[in-house]
Amino acid sequence: MKTHVHCTINGNETDFLADSGGTLLNALRDDVGLTGVKEGCGTGDCGACSILVEERVTCACLIFAPEAQGTTIVTIEGLAEADHLHPLQETFLEGAALQCGVCTPGFLMAAKALLDKNPDPTETEIRYALAGNLCRCTGYDKIIRAVQDAAERMRTNTNGAA
Amino acid sequence: MDYLAPTTVEEAVGALVEQPDARVFAGATDLIPQIRAGRPEPGLLIDLKRIDRCTGVAETDTGWTVGAATPTSRLTEDPEFSGALPGLSEAAGLIGSDQIQNRSSLGGNLCNASPAADSVPGMLINDVRAVIAGASGERTVPVGDVTTGPGRTSLADDEFIVEFEIDRPPANTGDAYLRMIPRTEMDIAVVGAGVRLTLDDDGNCTDVRIALGAVAPTALRVPDAEAALTGKPVDAETLAAVAAAASAACNPIDDKRGTIAYRQQVAGVLAKRAVTIAAQRAAGQPVNGAH
Repeated sequence: MKTHVHCTINGNETDFLADSGGTLLNALRDDVGLTGVKEGCGTGDCGACSILVEERVTCACLIFAPEAQGTTIVTIEGLAEADHLHPLQETFLEGAALQCGVCTPGFLMAAKALLDKNPDPTETEIRYALAGNLCRCTGYDKIIRAVQDAAERMRTNTNGAA
Repeated sequence: MDYLAPTTVEEAVGALVEQPDARVFAGATDLIPQIRAGRPEPGLLIDLKRIDRCTGVAETDTGWTVGAATPTSRLTEDPEFSGALPGLSEAAGLIGSDQIQNRSSLGGNLCNASPAADSVPGMLINDVRAVIAGASGERTVPVGDVTTGPGRTSLADDEFIVEFEIDRPPANTGDAYLRMIPRTEMDIAVVGAGVRLTLDDDGNCTDVRIALGAVAPTALRVPDAEAALTGKPVDAETLAAVAAAASAACNPIDDKRGTIAYRQQVAGVLAKRAVTIAAQRAAGQPVNGAH
């Protein structure tokens, strides 16, 4: 059975028809065409499908598609503003905090969720906040450093300093 | 699978009665992986999160009412709740990653009925009660009466947990929950130990509750360990007695996470450490817990 879902995705009001028992991950990729959200494990262990629902990071693979009705969702496609990359995207690029890139959208969304509520996290806080995201090629140090750099850049920009 | 998001308890019960292969869910963090692993698909998925009573944390005259489908992140982020019940809050906060925390719930953790469910020892030591709705109305039972074995509960097919009633602890009371896993995050308990106790004016323990997880078919209270501490101070002698009683109460399995002997040993060690933290908290000293 198909369910009509109306929600806001990356600022746009969106309607789609989803399998009632299908996952939001599949609906976003196959019905909405947002393929930035990746399927890794499909069981909530790897975080590759991390998105924000009502500003909270969740695994799209563990959400039934009809649950999205009326919610506000942000995916990796909504992270940059027009041509301006989000500071996290900039520092991941500059710091080479990715190799194959499959985990990257999930890491970026989880990191955004962290920095949105904690602009100045400790390294330990970053590591816990990203514990639900697995990377099998970069290793984690460059990712952690990229998040630290982005946090610093965002704090500087907010303060209006150089 | 069809999907239904009722807004009242009655509507949800009606759907359960009407469709025997219906299944209620909260965060689906266990349900979806189980279906993917080959468990039978429910004919109807009943999402409890649009029912007001099933979500949210409300302070009452005597404590709190917590909706059974409330994300556990809401509990850990609530300063009043986590300040008053740090052990229960930490236990709930250990369930998976931030991604999981925004979906996992006390009701789901309990009804999934894993012997290793982290929040269950935390609920047992705080005498948490489950309000269960069904075709014949509502009933309230201690959390300890809900799980009957791995993956099994005492709930009838037409029943689900609506909310939990949690009392505010008395003065000079502290609780703690510790979990053993081989890494620091993202794993399932090899052993979990929860302790709550109250200190009297002489520094002796009263009203001691000690519960273990992952060492038996269900989480369990350990009366012998509680008795070993009741009326006495926390010292080397009573801690040793608590550890021995906790180890003896285990009825664990051998599996890839740990052997029987290892679980028995660790249960004693964790119980001892949790007693120490609970006693420090009861004495008014904040202690950083599980993380």
